[in-house]
Amino acid sequence: MSDTKNPYTQDNGSAEELSLSDDRRVKTLSPGMLVVKRFFRNRLAVVGLVMLAAMFLFSFVGGMISPYGQDEQFYTYTYLEKEYVGVTQNEDFRYVSAEGQEFGSAAQAQFLMAQMTGKTEFEYKDVAYEVEQAGTDFYVVSSAGAPLAIAYKDIVNASDGIDDLAFEVKLEALRLYTNGEAGAFSAGGQDYEVDEGGNIIQGEEVLGYISRFVVQSKVNGVSISRDFKERLEEELANDVSEFTYTGADGEEHNYTVTYDASAKIWSVMQETETYVYNQYSNPSSEHPLGTDTNGMDMLTRLMYGGRVSLIIGFIVVIIETVLGVIMGGLSGYFGGWVDNLIMRIVDVFYCIPSMPLIIILGAAMDGMRVDPQVRMLYLMLILGVLGWPAIARLVRGQILSLREQEFMTATEACGIRISRRIFKHLIPNVIPQLIVTCTMSLGSVMLTEATLSFLGLGVKFPFASWGNIINDVNNSYVLTTYWFIWIPAGICLLIAVLGFNFVGDGLRDAFDPRMKR
Amino acid sequence: MRNYIIKRILLSILILFCVTFIIYAVLRCLPASYVETMAMQLSAAPGAKPYDEWIAQLNASYGLDKGIIAGWLTWLQDFATGHFGDSWKFTVPVIEKFNDVIWLSFVMGAIALVLELLIAIPLGIIAATKQYSRADYAITAGALIGISLPPFFFATLLKLVFAVKLQWFDVSGLVGRNFAQLDSLGQFMDKANHLFLPIVTLVITSIGALMRYTRTNMLEVLNADYIRTARAKGLSESKVIYKHAFRNTLIPLVTIIGGSLPGLFTGALITETLFSIPGMGWTSYQAMVIGDIPFSMFYMTFIAVLTLLSNLLTDIVYAVVDPRVRIA
Repeated sequence: MSDTKNPYTQDNGSAEELSLSDDRRVKTLSPGMLVVKRFFRNRLAVVGLVMLAAMFLFSFVGGMISPYGQDEQFYTYTYLEKEYVGVTQNEDFRYVSAEGQEFGSAAQAQFLMAQMTGKTEFEYKDVAYEVEQAGTDFYVVSSAGAPLAIAYKDIVNASDGIDDLAFEVKLEALRLYTNGEAGAFSAGGQDYEVDEGGNIIQGEEVLGYISRFVVQSKVNGVSISRDFKERLEEELANDVSEFTYTGADGEEHNYTVTYDASAKIWSVMQETETYVYNQYSNPSSEHPLGTDTNGMDMLTRLMYGGRVSLIIGFIVVIIETVLGVIMGGLSGYFGGWVDNLIMRIVDVFYCIPSMPLIIILGAAMDGMRVDPQVRMLYLMLILGVLGWPAIARLVRGQILSLREQEFMTATEACGIRISRRIFKHLIPNVIPQLIVTCTMSLGSVMLTEATLSFLGLGVKFPFASWGNIINDVNNSYVLTTYWFIWIPAGICLLIAVLGFNFVGDGLRDAFDPRMKR
Repeated sequence: MRNYIIKRILLSILILFCVTFIIYAVLRCLPASYVETMAMQLSAAPGAKPYDEWIAQLNASYGLDKGIIAGWLTWLQDFATGHFGDSWKFTVPVIEKFNDVIWLSFVMGAIALVLELLIAIPLGIIAATKQYSRADYAITAGALIGISLPPFFFATLLKLVFAVKLQWFDVSGLVGRNFAQLDSLGQFMDKANHLFLPIVTLVITSIGALMRYTRTNMLEVLNADYIRTARAKGLSESKVIYKHAFRNTLIPLVTIIGGSLPGLFTGALITETLFSIPGMGWTSYQAMVIGDIPFSMFYMTFIAVLTLLSNLLTDIVYAVVDPRVRIA
């Protein structure tokens, strides 16, 4: 050990050969060192050790250096298309009557009949009406020479913030517009102007506009600006299916237009940017394993999940071992009725179907809405209490043979008290088998915990465990599309459990050279 | 021998009493949410009795109004006289539901067990006879990987590869969409097709333990004096291994096979649930998750009885096949 080049020379480096009977030629190794040496000769065990070390580093150190928190959620902007406005082209006559005049629906029907048959006059309730076609789809109905009402398809809208326009203004404006003309007109003693776009202008002020399109807002509390309507009409006239518009507030949105031919409705969808959880985002430099269903960083969840899985494994095994060693030790040392009683308890525990029981308890905790943290404690207790009988049996079996040996007679002769005899002289002799069993059961406890968490009955959100991360595959879309959600967690679990099993196997062979390998 | 068996049976019955009492106590201590939900539903019906009366009646009919010990004794009496109750979840007698689903699980489990034995024993023997060889390393590592594979992860992986990507099998269920139109051979093939992935999952995840057990036992046998004698008298290696060693290896296997017998009837909970195979495992999972006390109680007692029976059977068979074992 001191000199690796030539173990047969003296420590002081002199080249003098040692005699064959010299003690220094014999390398002595303590039993512990022998075990270590045998362990490291086993390739599988070393691989297992490396795997475990990697998983521990990943879980415990990784969580510390990860820039994100365990339940830190990430958001992203996505574009959502929402129906913004619906546009219809007016195909029906609208009617406006002059102030103080009546032009009811019955009279309107009479007018329609006259208009369809091309008559220029009709009679209703002993009143004679004259119909004059003053422009395209624009009729003036008058009685006794005075205009009484107008019927039109091009709608006159008042500008935002302006009361409805007077009858005369509408009449004169439409008279010009429906004939395709633009120019000045006067009505009610004031001068107005109508331009080619259908705007009704007085001086500098735009009072209203004429348009055949009816624009309805589909979003609550949003009124559609005149500017947008104009733009929209322009785009509709050009048969455009997509356009971009910058609103008065300076925000630019994309709009898409679809036309429903049967209902004669254009519906305009607005693309809005929405702030949402960054769900199932693909692996990127920011999130090397993407994000999960809650928009949390997968790699970080995996690290914290590893912590939870490993810690649960250790605590459960510690509970099992403490209980098992105490019960097994008592049973083996005292024998007789104590042994009988404890072994019957062990039999009972062996007979309890543990998986169904844990599932029922898990479902009950679901029903009682137990806090996730408390729940984790319960889970560890349940697994530990259900797991001790195997260790008790092992310890008892070993102690039964050990207590007949001479050194035990010696302890008795020395008058050492019983608890000391059991825990100081008997138990240490069981430690090798105990270590092996504990290592192996660490793996199986982690599997059980993962299975329960996978079923949604173990570790619960917001805590991560490798099992409940894989739980996401219950959604078949995740199963097929988002491999990065569940495959890494499964591989981590496999590596950790495999590591424990390899190491346990290697330890067994190292402790017990009779068992080969 | 007879005395031993009688003693064991009596002991088993005592253990069974304890186990059922523990299970009953645990189930009784849970919030009886199912009964409350049912009472709520029943009282919501037009012209129905008020909730309080319904819940009292339901509790009385399920024996939930008595103390735990009295309730357990009532349950025990019903159980002993063959009244197993009606499942709350499936609203049929528990025994009827059991009869419906148990055989599927049994067939699945039996096929898986036979396959396991056929694969694991030869591989275990090869590993032991060629100890330290590459084959031995591969088999040992393979066995440990099998033990370490989380069944739910492995099953999901199989689903992804063979059902989703390659589309050789359906993702879940026992029968395909056009099952009703198939002739009897076609129906059989359809079911076989659907059971393929679950059985593969079962075999792979439980083969490891058997393989290691075989290897360890074989190694022990190969070190025995009578094997050295067999070699010393000049027998061929194959004769030594397959005639002298192999037979002795089979004896300890009785234990592990006996131990896996209850599993045939109790179903594979995870595998069946993942593949939606309507066997014992999935059915019991559904019942247990909603707190179906009659079903869960019967299911767990059933497992306990099977476990005790298989232990007893294993010990007896062991004594029969191994003349070195004497039981008093």
